[in-house]
Amino acid sequence: MNEQHRWFARSWMVMVYAFLYLPIFVLIAFSFNKGRPTHWNGFSTESYAALAKTPEILDGLIVSLKIAVISAIFSVIIGTLIAFVLQRYRRFTGKTLFSGMANTPLVMPEVVLGLSLLLVFKSLFKMEGGYLMIILGHTLLGAAYASVVIKARFSELPMAYEEAALDLGAKPLNAFFLVTLPLIAQSLISAGLLVFTISFDDVVVSQFLNGPGVKPLPNVILDNARQGAKPVLNALGAVIVFVVSVVLIAGSIWMQKREKKRNAEIAAAYRDAT
Amino acid sequence: MKLTQSSRGKWLVIGLPYFWLLVMLLLPFLFLGQVSVSEMENGGGFLKIYRHDGWFFKDNFIPIWNDIINGGTYRTAYLSSLYYAALTAFWCLIIGYPFAYFMARARKELQPTLLLFVMLPFWISMLIRVYAIKVLFNDSGFLVTSISGLLQRFGLIDDPLHVLGTPFSMMFGMVYVYIPFMILPLYSTLSKMDPRYWEASADLGATPIKTFFLITVPLSKAGIIAGLMLVFIPCVGEYVIPQLLGGADILMIGRVLADEYFQNANWPLASALAITIILLVIIPMMILNKYEEKAGEFK
Repeated sequence: MNEQHRWFARSWMVMVYAFLYLPIFVLIAFSFNKGRPTHWNGFSTESYAALAKTPEILDGLIVSLKIAVISAIFSVIIGTLIAFVLQRYRRFTGKTLFSGMANTPLVMPEVVLGLSLLLVFKSLFKMEGGYLMIILGHTLLGAAYASVVIKARFSELPMAYEEAALDLGAKPLNAFFLVTLPLIAQSLISAGLLVFTISFDDVVVSQFLNGPGVKPLPNVILDNARQGAKPVLNALGAVIVFVVSVVLIAGSIWMQKREKKRNAEIAAAYRDAT
Repeated sequence: MKLTQSSRGKWLVIGLPYFWLLVMLLLPFLFLGQVSVSEMENGGGFLKIYRHDGWFFKDNFIPIWNDIINGGTYRTAYLSSLYYAALTAFWCLIIGYPFAYFMARARKELQPTLLLFVMLPFWISMLIRVYAIKVLFNDSGFLVTSISGLLQRFGLIDDPLHVLGTPFSMMFGMVYVYIPFMILPLYSTLSKMDPRYWEASADLGATPIKTFFLITVPLSKAGIIAGLMLVFIPCVGEYVIPQLLGGADILMIGRVLADEYFQNANWPLASALAITIILLVIIPMMILNKYEEKAGEFK
């Protein structure tokens, strides 16, 4: 790339990043505003005080946390099974249907998923809306995403490890828990985090499946945001941005360090061997 | 391999997730189909399975199709859903492709950081980000008032600008939320591309622009199609962004469906609308499946 192109490339990237971050920065700035949420009136932390005193939001947060943690655990378990079957069994009766179903939640509009789940839960299973229904719905969605992440890890993991364990006399279940699982552990963690965020963020499926008294945070936010801009929402947004950024940046630094350490260890092992 | 050969274990390992998918996915879809050809029971919500005279499509599908042919609410809703989804996919491609390309050609050690900052908004609650746009575009907000003031001073407009609740603010929100879905598959295809193609093209005398359009773009076709579909399909059923940024007069099918269920308690009609959405996205979905494997892992 010559100088002119490089200049063009840089300004394009800066503009896209500005596009991605401008609304977020404005939201954070206005969370320190006095009074109205969109018009600058001077610095104040009153919207944070208001946030702490809004029980509806805190309740929603607790509901969402419970649902997201349980959905993430279930999704990782089911997602691992789906990924294992897709990646390790080349052929079995009904594989086309299986892989088709495994991908469907990723591409189906959520209104369709939400409505179809609701109809079955209510009419066939006679369930009342609430925790169990939302968790099942989020797990359906989450397991599909988890299986994609875990499948990628399986595909780069040679079967030789498991085969060696079996040749050495391990039972299949032991081989899975003692050999395969530790090797895919990192992808299980990232899949779990992904599902946690998806569940924590989901509003459509929850809207269809929620019952009396069970209102996840995004649904609280949606109801409030519909009525217009509100100071508490600015403060809440700023808090969410802060928490996510800290977790994500710390996580990525940690991963890079681990990678470096691992590469150093591999290099050292080679040196010793030769 | 022994692990996959022991047959009792094999059927248990396959059977568990299979059962889950059958009960949680196939059964609901089949049931949705059944409800869509059922009668609505008066007094709300409940339904009789199947019509007695066997004229399955009469109650729900025929009115929807009539409406689509004759130009009523549903036609407006389906058309605007398809239109805005296509437009969103288009803008995501126009903005995202150069971005993904520059990112793929950036210094190798810089790329993880560049990628992290594309992904970061993706992890922040989508609702909060959409709400942030609402704050940004608010009539009394600093952005709208200052641009309005500027334009008024130059005599370009008479009345203050009104952005929130227009197609523009909704499109802005949709592109904003969905652009990572475009950038990631594109980046994944482009970063895997062998740089020797570009060098060869340059050696043979092509200008960078020519190389870009004759070599890079055709070679990244799989990524382009995966990106377009990953944006287009969820946008067709988008429910939240039109409500918060689109105003009352932009009717999208996801919202019509939800209203039919929640407000009119007409389960069969809502189901028939859902089936029609499925039919609308099934063809793009098949295209996506064909190209997704080629575009590689991007999630």
